[in-house]
Amino acid sequence: MTQHASPPRDNTDKVPPVGQPPSWRGLFARADVRTLSLLGVLAALILIGGITKPDEFLDTRNLQLVLTQASVIGVVTVGMTFVITSGGIDLSVGAIVALASVWATTVATQDYGFAGVLFTAVIVGVGCGLVNGLLIAYGGMVPFIATLAMLASARGLALQITDGKTQIVTIGSILDLGERDAYVLGVPPLVIVFAVVTIIGWLILNRTTFGRRTVAVGGNAEAARLAGIDVRRQRLYLYLLSGLCCGIAAFLLIILSGSGQNTNGNLYELDAIAAAIIGGTLLSGGRGTITGSVLGVLIFTTITNIFALNNLQSDVQQIAKGAIIVAAVLVQRRTASST
Amino acid sequence: MAPEPPLLSMSGITKSFPGVRALDGVDLDVQAGEVHCLLGQNGAGKSTLIKVLAGAHQPDTGSIRWRGEEVTLRSPIAAMRLGIATIYQELDLVEHLSVAENVHLGHEPTAAGFVVRGRAARASTARLLKRLGHPEIEPARLVGQLSAAQQQIVSMARALSHDVRLIVMDEPSAALDPDEVDNLFRIVGDLTADGVAVVYISHRLEEIRRIGDRVTVLKDGRAVAGGLPAKSTPTREVVALMTGRNVEYVFPDRPASAPDGAPVLEVRGLTRRGEFEPLDLDVHPGEIVGLAGLVGSGRSEILETIYGARKADAGQVRVGGRALRSGSVRAAVRAGLGLAPEERKAQALLMLESVTRNVSVSSMSRFSRGGWIDRRSEAGAARAATRELSLRPDNPAVPVRTLSGGNQQKAVLARWLLRGCRVLLLDEPTRGVDVGARAELYAVIRRLADEGLAVLLVSSEVPEVLGLADRVLVLREGRVVHRAPARELDEHRVLDLVMEGSPAS
Repeated sequence: MTQHASPPRDNTDKVPPVGQPPSWRGLFARADVRTLSLLGVLAALILIGGITKPDEFLDTRNLQLVLTQASVIGVVTVGMTFVITSGGIDLSVGAIVALASVWATTVATQDYGFAGVLFTAVIVGVGCGLVNGLLIAYGGMVPFIATLAMLASARGLALQITDGKTQIVTIGSILDLGERDAYVLGVPPLVIVFAVVTIIGWLILNRTTFGRRTVAVGGNAEAARLAGIDVRRQRLYLYLLSGLCCGIAAFLLIILSGSGQNTNGNLYELDAIAAAIIGGTLLSGGRGTITGSVLGVLIFTTITNIFALNNLQSDVQQIAKGAIIVAAVLVQRRTASST
Repeated sequence: MAPEPPLLSMSGITKSFPGVRALDGVDLDVQAGEVHCLLGQNGAGKSTLIKVLAGAHQPDTGSIRWRGEEVTLRSPIAAMRLGIATIYQELDLVEHLSVAENVHLGHEPTAAGFVVRGRAARASTARLLKRLGHPEIEPARLVGQLSAAQQQIVSMARALSHDVRLIVMDEPSAALDPDEVDNLFRIVGDLTADGVAVVYISHRLEEIRRIGDRVTVLKDGRAVAGGLPAKSTPTREVVALMTGRNVEYVFPDRPASAPDGAPVLEVRGLTRRGEFEPLDLDVHPGEIVGLAGLVGSGRSEILETIYGARKADAGQVRVGGRALRSGSVRAAVRAGLGLAPEERKAQALLMLESVTRNVSVSSMSRFSRGGWIDRRSEAGAARAATRELSLRPDNPAVPVRTLSGGNQQKAVLARWLLRGCRVLLLDEPTRGVDVGARAELYAVIRRLADEGLAVLLVSSEVPEVLGLADRVLVLREGRVVHRAPARELDEHRVLDLVMEGSPAS
């Protein structure tokens, strides 16, 4: 009976001028405060790297290495961004990467050559995503639980396949992609794949009905349902998409390491979620940014690299990462509290 | 003999929320041992008043005297310490705790100050339940396993577990069967015989006649009558007090002629057990049909079932002569139905998104090829739809959350306008809309009907239904008790019908 106070208008929150006709000139003007601040953080990190280890950090090979490392987790993060934007979570990404990478590198699979390995990695990823999606969308399971179960099972299956052994890749055409000869104008093929996945992901999220439905489901699932959106089917597709990204990432990891291991992708779920969150994707759903996620991945990878070059232990790295996540979420709370 | 001061005396209570004056100088006196009934339409201020009494809201001005002494109810605990207990309409029990744990929540019997004495709690709970006539409820059971009626009893046991002098009951009979209502009344009788006062809120006039001693009527945040005799005041007078209005609504003219031709929406025998009985209704193009009824009469449930958001137990919905698949919102939307739901923010709007995206969300296929959205044509169409409804500000790129209630409702209507829907289902279309903006919304709805839309309107505000609709169905507890053209009804008659089920003499 009583009227609820309307939420206080937050004038500091930049109003995203969505729904306007596209204009390429506006693309930079539109870059919001958050993206700029993420770019600022990244620039500061590069500066720190350049000052502390001027020769090693700014070396072309090192920068290529940073970007290559970012590519594997980056592809996973693009898929994760969609899932989180829809109000879900996918804890199984690391385990799916592991399972896909070992399934694609068994002796039997390698008999089928390059295409066989690629196909297997993608199909295993999509298959795991399908199971996640069916359990969540049509089985009514909470995403946290369903993907936690997938995490456990996929890791277990990966261990069973490998028996804990590293499976060496013997296919020359795959290994060649990791060599310097395969670089295009100095850019490793893995980084090109990452860039392509990022651009396609950005376009899907921002320019297609699929992206709109993802945002609508995450923003208000009940409203989306009553507006005539098939919420369950959308959820299924989103976990398929995340699985697909894991399959691609697994293939990249196979190229990078020349092998398949059941320990691959360890804690990718945490890195991907953290990157998406500091990028500005709302954990509660309804708002997602591919640009932010990619910047988040680059920031984390750069930190790791700088710490390694400066011989700092990984425990210090972990603490720094944790601090960044907390800081980013505090900032996010302040800017998003208007809703 | 010096007159005993009343147990409770509230005077000049005001309480404002942003944009709304919920209470505007309300007085309420309650004597020990009486059943004092609070009556009023939705929005009259009953809930706010009892929340002030429960210490959940702080009044802006006014004073509260308890047994002759001025008190401040800073928190629910302060109210409880004085002996004021409130049983809310939405039960506030913890489902995963046992009956005894719920009853003693916050004041558990303890040993050494912190060890809960479970056995003592269960024993005292059993005593309370016996006193309430429900010894069959086991104190160790989880509350979530109990029926709604049993949960109500537990709520009451919790109130009585304190040394209570005044119990507030907010529509306690709403969820109860007739037998259970009898038991409730017996409990109320026992309590008052012990000198406990009861403040009883109900929409049902016959209940007030049965157990009430005095009645206070609230309207638009004011007490328009205090302490009327509950048993002898004529129904007409009570209804007149509830409805006499300060604000005159302006309604658009109805078309001169009734719409002819085939109905676009046909509902036949639609049923959901426990919510509403088999329902038949037709809506023609260009016609507004209103459903009048109180909260709990099944109004919203009917709309949502027609729309497919709830699955019907039986019956059929046809649009343009073709039957809809039951329980499928998508089928309903495809057939040309559109719903403006009661809870706009929770059920209709994407609050983080722009007006454009809120408007286009149901018509995305029109602006896309192969899933690729043509944002220019989307923005243009959304602008055209919002302009047609004079949505303010005239810039659909702004976030929908920055809009006023009336304009948010227009954004929802624009969504269906853009979709090209044939039947609009409106559930409380003016809830949360300023009085000034209502007339404009009424004009918009009438214009949409004039342009050939069929409109099915639900509202708990009787004048709104009567002023806007061409035909009216009056609902009471899930059943249509009367159908008539709106011109042949007046507010008093409809209120008689919704409260007593039959026209008062």
